[in-house]
Amino acid sequence: MNIQDALEIVSLTNPGMVRSHNEDSVSHDAECGLVVLADGMGGYNAGEVASGIAVSVVMTEIKHYLEEVRPEDKDPATGEDMAVVLLRDNVQKANASIYHAAQSQPQYAGMGTTIVSSLFYDNRVAVAHIGDSRLYRLRGDVFESVTRDHSLLQEQIDSGMISKEDARNSKNKNLVTRAVGIDAEVEAEVHVYDVERGDIYVLCSDGLNDMVEDEDIGSTVQMLQSNLPLAASQLIQMANDNGGRDNVSVILVKVNGEFAAKRGLFAKLLSWFKN
Amino acid sequence: MPAKLILSMDGVVLQEYALNKERMTIGRKAHNDIVIDNLAVSGEHAAIVTIQNDSFLEDLDSTNGVTVNGMATKKHFLQNNDVVEIGKYKLKYLNDQPTQTTAADFERTMVLRAPPKQAAKTPDLGVMTNTQVGIQTTARAAQGDSTGKFDTTGSPSSPDKSGGQAAVVQILNGPNSGKELELVKNLTTLGKPGVQVAVLARRPHGFFITHVEGTSYPVVNGESLGEHPRQLKDHDIIELAGVKMEFYFKS
Repeated sequence: MNIQDALEIVSLTNPGMVRSHNEDSVSHDAECGLVVLADGMGGYNAGEVASGIAVSVVMTEIKHYLEEVRPEDKDPATGEDMAVVLLRDNVQKANASIYHAAQSQPQYAGMGTTIVSSLFYDNRVAVAHIGDSRLYRLRGDVFESVTRDHSLLQEQIDSGMISKEDARNSKNKNLVTRAVGIDAEVEAEVHVYDVERGDIYVLCSDGLNDMVEDEDIGSTVQMLQSNLPLAASQLIQMANDNGGRDNVSVILVKVNGEFAAKRGLFAKLLSWFKN
Repeated sequence: MPAKLILSMDGVVLQEYALNKERMTIGRKAHNDIVIDNLAVSGEHAAIVTIQNDSFLEDLDSTNGVTVNGMATKKHFLQNNDVVEIGKYKLKYLNDQPTQTTAADFERTMVLRAPPKQAAKTPDLGVMTNTQVGIQTTARAAQGDSTGKFDTTGSPSSPDKSGGQAAVVQILNGPNSGKELELVKNLTTLGKPGVQVAVLARRPHGFFITHVEGTSYPVVNGESLGEHPRQLKDHDIIELAGVKMEFYFKS
């Protein structure tokens, strides 16, 4: 099955109930199996600018590279999958372009964005993230967070300073320890996971998981998995019903079939002719 | 209300400016946001940068400089009632909102710039915990009675939604006739998976029914629902996958 048929993708973003601007950006490309979500920050419209740059750089650059390389190939230098290298390099590229825009335009000074991006290939998914935008996975009955926030709160939880229960009521929920565009360089955290048929991946900005409990997100996705667009709009509605204090964005990716990479001489020949 | 500047000369108020732009410039030339046509004022004399509720005054290398409350300054964090002087002109800064960060600011995502030591620690964490354990595995919602014919599943409930009014769906025909289903969850699905499913969502202002899957739409009071959600009223009759149900509020 090619990847476009194997994956069903829905993305949705909403300004929420309080904010006048939507500083989140989302994008997906079914043909390459690529999804990107970013939650911008900065005064006035700078947050929108930052998340917009991040999403468009990562999306267009990776699409462009995928014409030349295959994500399942190994990078000769590091031995990693090209998918990992592509995500890491292009998040860095987005970082550089936001950083330079912020340096050169006073109204954009200090802008930045979180990002979470996934590239599906060869029955696997490479996940890159920076900051507190998340990727969750529903597999069977288990709904869990795959990414671990780069936030002060997560560090406090990790170091045992506070419990998860206390964390829900923490005041500093929104302090991220890593962001795109703030410093000249940033390292995205990238991991590769195996994908199973029936998996549903949820990428979201903190506007969702701050307003809706993880288990409610999970059960909503599970109950409405036969209608992905409805599941996405239901999640946003729940965040807004609970106050909608921030912009809310969701990307849902449902795995309807296998998408192993074509191997063997013929595929190589074909891809050779394509180039 | 945004902060404002009141321009005056010799005690006579000339003009009032709201600081409603992120950056406002003050100068003699016409393109400035605040134009002071006086030869003692440079073409671009000063700028005021406003971020949320805080305003900063900056001298743009003017010939005659800027003073705030009588002190010459290059850059100044403006406080309520500060008086900025440019030549013979006075600009009084008024901001009646407290300058401290308000509760709403905590809602905003902000970057915490970790000191170098801590910054070095962060990537290590990622490497050491390579397995990336999920933060939370959720307890599954109770599966509805699996008679195989007609499934209902609910999501975990959270208290005090929809004004606290409890509602019920009662099945009116078929083998489960008379059965009641209390809508205590945020979401309750009704129907036969793969054939026809609808979801009942409990929201702060009531209960809504929406089509989820299947070739035909649920019917409420004889009217097909289509793709759109519909708010349920007391004693509405729902038809779905051949099953008739009545929705009502519990008194």
